[in-house]
Amino acid sequence: MGAAREPHIPDGQPTGQSFGAAAATRSNQPDSSKVPFVNQTREAPAWKKSVINLDSGFKGLMLVAALVVLGIVGLIVAELMQGSALAWQKFGIHFFFGSEWDPVSGGFGALPFIYGTVVSSLVALFIAVPLAVAVAVFVTEMCPKPLRRPISYATELLAAIPSVIYGLWAIFILVPILRVHVEPWLMKYFSWTGLFTGPAYGIGMLAAGVVLAIMIVPIISSITREVLAVVPQPQREAALALGATRWEMIRMAVLRNARAGIMGAVILGLGRALGETMAVTMVIGNSPSIAKSLLAPGYTMASVIANEFNEATSDLHRSALIEIGLALFIVTIIVNILAGLMVWTVTRGTPARTNA
Amino acid sequence: MRKFFPLLALLVVALPSMAQTKLNGAGATFPYPIYSKWFNEYHNVHSDIEINYQSIGSGGGIRQVTAGTVDFGASDGPMTDQQLKEAKVRILHLPTVLGSVVPAYNIPGFKGELKFTPDVLAGIYLGKITSWNDAAIAKVNPGVSLPNQSIVVVHRSDGSGTTYIWTDYLTKVSPEWSSQVGKGTSVRWPVGLGAKGNEGVAGMVRQMEGAFGYVELIYALQNNISFGTVRNAAGEFVKASLESTTAAAASVKTMPADFRVSITNAPGKEAYPISSFTWLLVPAEWKDKTKQQVIVDFLNWMLDKGQTMTTQLNYAPLPDVVKEKEREAIKSIK
Repeated sequence: MGAAREPHIPDGQPTGQSFGAAAATRSNQPDSSKVPFVNQTREAPAWKKSVINLDSGFKGLMLVAALVVLGIVGLIVAELMQGSALAWQKFGIHFFFGSEWDPVSGGFGALPFIYGTVVSSLVALFIAVPLAVAVAVFVTEMCPKPLRRPISYATELLAAIPSVIYGLWAIFILVPILRVHVEPWLMKYFSWTGLFTGPAYGIGMLAAGVVLAIMIVPIISSITREVLAVVPQPQREAALALGATRWEMIRMAVLRNARAGIMGAVILGLGRALGETMAVTMVIGNSPSIAKSLLAPGYTMASVIANEFNEATSDLHRSALIEIGLALFIVTIIVNILAGLMVWTVTRGTPARTNA
Repeated sequence: MRKFFPLLALLVVALPSMAQTKLNGAGATFPYPIYSKWFNEYHNVHSDIEINYQSIGSGGGIRQVTAGTVDFGASDGPMTDQQLKEAKVRILHLPTVLGSVVPAYNIPGFKGELKFTPDVLAGIYLGKITSWNDAAIAKVNPGVSLPNQSIVVVHRSDGSGTTYIWTDYLTKVSPEWSSQVGKGTSVRWPVGLGAKGNEGVAGMVRQMEGAFGYVELIYALQNNISFGTVRNAAGEFVKASLESTTAAAASVKTMPADFRVSITNAPGKEAYPISSFTWLLVPAEWKDKTKQQVIVDFLNWMLDKGQTMTTQLNYAPLPDVVKEKEREAIKSIK
């Protein structure tokens, strides 16, 4: 998406100038930065010195900004480790593989929450990715012009709705529909997969996945749209000229070229799904169990923190909840690394092979 | 602008002198509506006193008052001996109002008032009674025919005082619950779906056939949710109300001096068994004597005038026995 917006970045001149004032480079020639950067002589006149100061100062400032980000991440990790020390001492590495969660007797394990977070996010991706990519393809490739903007606006508007609203909508509209219409149907035809068994509560992993899917469609589709928009026009024309149908052109010339960017969009969507709290809490059923069926209730890491942190009275309980935060952090890192690997394997080949 | 400057200066000087004493409190969310009303009313009477209260949850209230970052805390469950030991100062538990928790259900084709025994409630939440036409339910509800519909248990997913009261009651009446689950603001539920907040539980009960959940009495009253009666320790089936909740507190035989008492399953004949105090956590020693005077005055006002405001917000007021005893306790705040 960056590529499309790059031209809007203002040129360096004004930025440098204001920065010069901020860094308080005591220059004799306040207007020096307006002097064009040509005709350099060996004597290095005063204006050049000030430009160099300005430049190194700018570099310093950017370095500070970058370090601040690193520092914040470092502090988060330090704080999470410090806060979870008690739980770590008691359970060690077993915390991440234990499936008991008993605040009364003080037995804590994170596995059901890790499972719930990952599975609900995967369900969301499974639904959202085809939908979002289809929306993006339609808007960039085949949408009649008057419809283009309304559709883009509508998808982006979805992103602006607060998650608690999604949650309420899910409880009152989505869940009854799932319970009465969708889940009995799934149980009838797909129970052999083992994924759709048990009583149809409406509430559960599937409901959470569907809500998450709706929430991540805008981010995936708007980024994908921008990625598709920067695929060079000649690629499309060339494909059409070689006799490709529209579908073949989109598949071979557009999607293939844009796959790295689409992958990036999917990863951003996944990031949002992993961390989403409120809407998921309201529909997932909040039961720390690992069930194969997607109709069964589950629990996610973000939800349990939001649910129990306020009223966690024992130190161990609080420490365990902070360690759940650490687990979420680790899962996010692992997912990012995996995603990076995936992008790398996808983009390794030549940009557009025709044998696809 | 220059004309306004003296005025502005006057305002800056005058503002702090208008609200000279500020107290900060934090804790339980359940009594927040009545607390904010009290603090507001008190400020109207004593304009120089301002009491801020943040409803961050009982756990947060206990932590903050223990650490001394607020002047007083508030909690729906009493502090443990261990927690009291960790506090820098001696902390008094002062009951303010009472709350109770009611069983709500959605049985297709049945609109009446169902009777529950302690065994039935524990059985349902332990996952042993799974259908509405179970013999144990039919036995205490003669003449009522309930469908062969499976029970969908709903509980709170967020840690809450409501859950504490509910599980405290189940722990008292069922040895099996006591050994398997226990009491707390969050517990390991043997069965059921978790919903967020009273509104979440009530919403789920309303839309799911066969659902059974527990909600605060206040919430049920305000939203016209029908609920069942529960058999109390005296063997009577009592419907939760403000009166029967106050009666539960009045019937407690030995009220300990520090008020850290659970009044679930209270012995009184009119007592509704799933009730509880909610407490203010007030340090017994104060360095700042102005603040000390303010809190003492406020607490006395709360027992006197404050109690008359409770029923309009659907909180059960304290019984006279408790009020008398509490006045004594307030005298010990130094």
